[in-house]
Amino acid sequence: MLRSISVDSLMPYFGVVILIFAGSAFFPQVLSVDYLTQQLQIAAFLGLLATGATIVILLGHIDLSVPWVLTGAAILSTALVGSGNPVLGALAVPAALAFGALIGVINAAGVAILRIPSMVWTLAVNSMLLGLAVLNTGGFNPRGESSELMITMASGDLFELPVSFLIWIAVSLALTWLLTRTPFGRYLRSIGHNEKASFLSGVSTPSVLFAAFAIAGMCSALGGVLLAGYANQAYQSMGDPFLLPTIAAVVIGGTSILGGRGGLFGTIGGALFITLLTSILSVMQIGDAWRNIIFGVIILVMLLFQTLRKGAPA
Amino acid sequence: MLDYVRSNRREVIAGVVLVVLLAGYIGTHPRGASTYVMTIWANQGLILGLAACAQFFAVVVRGIDLSVGAIMALTNCIASYLLDGSALGIGFGMFAVVAAGAACGLLNGVIIVYGRLQPIVVTLATASIFVGIALLLRPTPGGAINYDLADAITLDVLGIPTALIITGVVIMGFWLPFRRTGLGLGLYALGSSEQAAFQSGINTKFIRLAAFTLAGFFGGLAGLYYSFVTTTGDAGIAPGFTLNSIAAVVLGGVLLRGGVGSLVGALAGAFILKTIASLMFFSGLPSLAQPLFEGMILAAAIAIGGADVLRARNKLEAYS
Amino acid sequence: MSKHFGATKALDDVDFICNAGEVHAVLGENGAGKSTLMKLIAGALQPSHGRIRVDGHDVLLTSPQDALQHGLVCMFQELSLVPDLTVRENLLLGAPGAGIGWLRGTGLDTARAVLERIGGADIRMGVRVADLTLPQRQQVEIAKALMKKPRLLILDEATSALNASVVESVFELVREQRDSGTAVLFISHRFHEIEALADRISVFRNGRRVETFKKGDHDYGDIIDMMVGQKIEELFPDKPLTDEDAEVVLDITGFNWDGRVKNVNLSVRRGQIVGLGGLDGQGQGAFLMGLFGLLRKTTGQTAISGRAAELRNPKTAKQQDIALAYIPEDRKTEGLILDQSIRENLELAALGRPDLDATDETLYAPSLEQLALKHGGLGQPVSSLSGGNQQKVVLSKWLAIKPKCLLLADPTRGIDVKTKTQIYAILRQLADQGTAIVLLSTDYEELIQLCDETHVFFDGKIVASLSGDNLTPQNIIAATLNIAQPAQAAHA
Repeated sequence: MLRSISVDSLMPYFGVVILIFAGSAFFPQVLSVDYLTQQLQIAAFLGLLATGATIVILLGHIDLSVPWVLTGAAILSTALVGSGNPVLGALAVPAALAFGALIGVINAAGVAILRIPSMVWTLAVNSMLLGLAVLNTGGFNPRGESSELMITMASGDLFELPVSFLIWIAVSLALTWLLTRTPFGRYLRSIGHNEKASFLSGVSTPSVLFAAFAIAGMCSALGGVLLAGYANQAYQSMGDPFLLPTIAAVVIGGTSILGGRGGLFGTIGGALFITLLTSILSVMQIGDAWRNIIFGVIILVMLLFQTLRKGAPA
Repeated sequence: MLDYVRSNRREVIAGVVLVVLLAGYIGTHPRGASTYVMTIWANQGLILGLAACAQFFAVVVRGIDLSVGAIMALTNCIASYLLDGSALGIGFGMFAVVAAGAACGLLNGVIIVYGRLQPIVVTLATASIFVGIALLLRPTPGGAINYDLADAITLDVLGIPTALIITGVVIMGFWLPFRRTGLGLGLYALGSSEQAAFQSGINTKFIRLAAFTLAGFFGGLAGLYYSFVTTTGDAGIAPGFTLNSIAAVVLGGVLLRGGVGSLVGALAGAFILKTIASLMFFSGLPSLAQPLFEGMILAAAIAIGGADVLRARNKLEAYS
Repeated sequence: MSKHFGATKALDDVDFICNAGEVHAVLGENGAGKSTLMKLIAGALQPSHGRIRVDGHDVLLTSPQDALQHGLVCMFQELSLVPDLTVRENLLLGAPGAGIGWLRGTGLDTARAVLERIGGADIRMGVRVADLTLPQRQQVEIAKALMKKPRLLILDEATSALNASVVESVFELVREQRDSGTAVLFISHRFHEIEALADRISVFRNGRRVETFKKGDHDYGDIIDMMVGQKIEELFPDKPLTDEDAEVVLDITGFNWDGRVKNVNLSVRRGQIVGLGGLDGQGQGAFLMGLFGLLRKTTGQTAISGRAAELRNPKTAKQQDIALAYIPEDRKTEGLILDQSIRENLELAALGRPDLDATDETLYAPSLEQLALKHGGLGQPVSSLSGGNQQKVVLSKWLAIKPKCLLLADPTRGIDVKTKTQIYAILRQLADQGTAIVLLSTDYEELIQLCDETHVFFDGKIVASLSGDNLTPQNIIAATLNIAQPAQAAHA
């Protein structure tokens, strides 16, 4: 992970520090341990999504099916638990992860085999999942509940830290190992820079795509499971508010939207920053309107910083 | 004639598909081929169509505009204040609404060109800003549009839906002449190969700025027309329109890699999307299954377009 | 004028004069500075030092637009047509005075007349450029250039895909332009084209202008000397005598693809370097790609060291049992990942070989040493290297997998002379050690001096297989342009 620490990926961390100090000037409770650990807990939800998204974006693609993979996983897991059958209940989390992987494979099939631009195909997949969910739940909030495990994953504590945060960091470390110590990670970046040259060098580009999208799907599904655990249920459109912040978290963490460059260290910072920003704006009771404006302006400012650092064009 | 068909085959295919779907729609609609049915269809189609036009200008230069829906929301909310009152005021109001859209597009363009940032992330951020401003104007949906004007623009003229007439004007009066200008063709040159365009003496910075400004302009037009159809200002309409505008341009044969496609295709794609949705509504399918079928048809249409690649004899062609 | 790119001197203190009413040919090896000079004149680059004067007045060409305004028109090697627009629209866009506004199409008639003269009468205005063949696109590109009524016309390898009669009509047009007062700068590394067209010749080498002289003042041998700085015989390693009984390493029979490669047979013996020649797009490039598994729906048999091999894709082709390597034509977009480091590029092919450890330096060290790669550390981005050194990285990457057969698509295009010599040496050495080498080249000298056997493609078929005494420039040119072959050289 150390190799992927660039100045760009440190930026959101500086942002976090600035936010904490600025926020505490208005609201001293921002500096409290309770508040900060709560932020870590909540950041994990966005963070897992952003971690999966980073893998796909490094590849030079994008996964817009995050909202409904998330929701679908939540519906699936809570339905299994809500059935009352203990065997099914135990399968809730693995089934959700399998669901995420399956959608990832479908995403990759369109992108790798039919060569449909990922933006369009994952959008279409998202629509289909929405349709499936509507059909399945009849438009009502899905009935079901979360299991003990899911609730602990979302809201429990271990060694004074939120379990969700620990899960997030564990997943990030595992994926970082994958990115830095395996050929897969090398192929991922090469393809992100130049898919043609990678293919000509004998890389099986479809395999890499399938693996990457499957990983992203599982991360989205895990995020959905945690959110369901947090709210003790799944609900319609629970995934929609997450799509744009996910991409924003990745990008302000220094990962290039074009692919090849960046890493998970920056994404962690990005997710923390966005979570903290949203939270402080909420604490300050700033309305929806200004929250949107400030959010957009800050993202632009951070991106422009990246450009300034790069200097004159080649 | 044959040359024309071959050179514009994507648009021709889209047109044929549209006609087939429309026939199916009219066939299944209880009221059949009446002005009433066509008008409602045309109105909905035009709203998305103008949004798709906006997206076209961003995509043809190898970019994307994720703020199309947000610009629509913002201009819609502005319209809900300005389009009620004296004739002069309304005239000025319409102009102001569209100008606001163009200004949003210009802002996008300036940040993309001079900030040297990727369009997808810039428009992601500005979308947030535009929606925020829209919410400041209309925290809850409301406002009023002059009903007479709205009726005039959203009903029909001698049996032909006004929306279709407007579509025709956009194509004949704007697009065809536009394709004879250096700016119009320059968009394609830039989208095809920025380097070749530069070497041919084309001012690439200006063209890109113009492209995003045009995108904003059409976004403003879309918001304006939406105001006439719904006579309300609503800041929440953004997400649906943005994503649907992308689907519409793709269905209409505009390639996301830039340099390929046309405004006509974008309009056709939008009308196709709307016709599919309407077909679903009247097809007798249970309403709960409709979103799924819509999604599946969208996916199938995109997949069929992409299957072209499976026929390529040279594997490297898939990678350009 | 001088032009530096960082530490690289592309042009070093060059004085250059081009007169009206004259065809001035610029000869030089790739990397000699010709393209840089043309880009400076066309306004695509700005000089680091020096001045440009047009009609005796100093001009500042800050962009191609400026150059066009002075009547300096350049036909670049990479075509400038927009694929999705029609021929008419492309010509409109390229017409003189075309700005942002309404395109009046001045000069469209001129363009049509030009097209008719160079055999393009069948190209209809309403056809999309993407639907034209490569020769047709070159014809449109020429028409587009002439339509601008240039005062100075630069032709940079403008006829690489055109057949003989079309080339002749283009030359006629060029002569007419010259006679009516246009200055013409003509770049080629094909000597017979220079012979046919030039009035004056300038030879460039290593960024400097060596000499300018009237055609006829120097003979072929002298000119090669000037271009290359050494006697031509020193450039190439000695060719050993062909061993007729050597084992056949690569054997292809009945190779067919898509109507563009027709029934091609090829055998390469141990110790042989086999050359593939022909105009652009005659099937030799496709054939080479097909050998590496890049084409679908090919028919024919391939055998490596006697065993039948199935070449489904590059990944299977590079595995130990087949061990094929392919050096693609475009090193910047196909051979290398420019944004990554030298080390990352070197390791990319070996990474997929389970029997090799890609991080093992000894896989690359021998080739890097023999090729004398100059670099500032393997962690540097490969984009920081010169063209020649970049190609060395591509070669080293593939040599790491110890290929049984090495396929190269025009590997020395755009490379300086020194690097070429190093590449030739390593290729000959590999051949001697038993690697089968198939070399596609657009450089006649390579096809003659380096290759043991050369096959010339035309229209998808091999129309000539030349070796020994038959391997002469005349025979290659004749086969390339598909003219009836002149009588074969007498045996010694």
